[in-house]
Amino acid sequence: MIRLPLVLLFSAALFSIGVYGVLARRNAVMVLMAIELMLNAVNVNLVGFSQLWRDLAGQVFALFVIAVAAAEVGIGLAIVLLIYRNRETIDLSEVSLLKW
Amino acid sequence: MSADQVAFLVLAPISVGAGIAMLLQRNAVHAALLLVVNLVTVGIFYLMLAAPFLFAVQIIVYAGAIMVLFLFVIMLLGVDRAEPLEEPIRFQRTAAVLLGVGILAELVTAVRAGVGFRALGPAAFAETGADTAALARALFRSYVLPFEATSVLLIVAAVAAMVLARRRPAPATAEPEGVVDAEEAAPEEVGA
Repeated sequence: MIRLPLVLLFSAALFSIGVYGVLARRNAVMVLMAIELMLNAVNVNLVGFSQLWRDLAGQVFALFVIAVAAAEVGIGLAIVLLIYRNRETIDLSEVSLLKW
Repeated sequence: MSADQVAFLVLAPISVGAGIAMLLQRNAVHAALLLVVNLVTVGIFYLMLAAPFLFAVQIIVYAGAIMVLFLFVIMLLGVDRAEPLEEPIRFQRTAAVLLGVGILAELVTAVRAGVGFRALGPAAFAETGADTAALARALFRSYVLPFEATSVLLIVAAVAAMVLARRRPAPATAEPEGVVDAEEAAPEEVGA
């Protein structure tokens, strides 16, 4: 039996790694992968608390998060492809048309 | 120390290490493979946390489908493109490290205050019926509407991804040198 605080600390570490990735990386695909990392950390938390409270709502919610993440990746990667096709780059610092 | 705990203490560093290595990786394909390692270890944690169905979903959907999608796009965009090292925003990496560590500290503090590091582990979940059948009952009785909404979301997302990634037909004025040339020329005109 894993103690819940260990699980929470693990997911906190995973989430922070994801935050670093989103902020520091400029490759759009890498940023999307870092977002996946953060969503996974959230899922670990949900499943951990679902076990603590013996309530399956946490697991159901984690399932929904996975489904939404799948949709998000599909759209996100399509947008990345579109950006690459139009601008020949996926460097996020060069996608600055809407930046003031 | 139980077998679960040993497995957790072995797998958690592997998972976190794979996550860190993924972000320090220049090569996007290697990064994607490290993310697979991370996702599989997280899936094993689901198994240990009495969520066997989520384990299967994690392996099939995340480590399978989503990662294939990522690798497809990485391959489409060219694998040998190196990310430039200079920072467009000054101290971007330093600031990112600071923010990441700050959020980690905040979360650790919150865990400390909310649950406490010495809290006893919850009793085993198995005897209360946390199996896949119970999950299915919860999903199809209490959460039918969100479930159906998710299916609508997935359909919309699939259609939208296809529409977005569709190559527009080459303009009629393009020189008839060949279909490939015309298609290559079209995006540049849009970009210009």
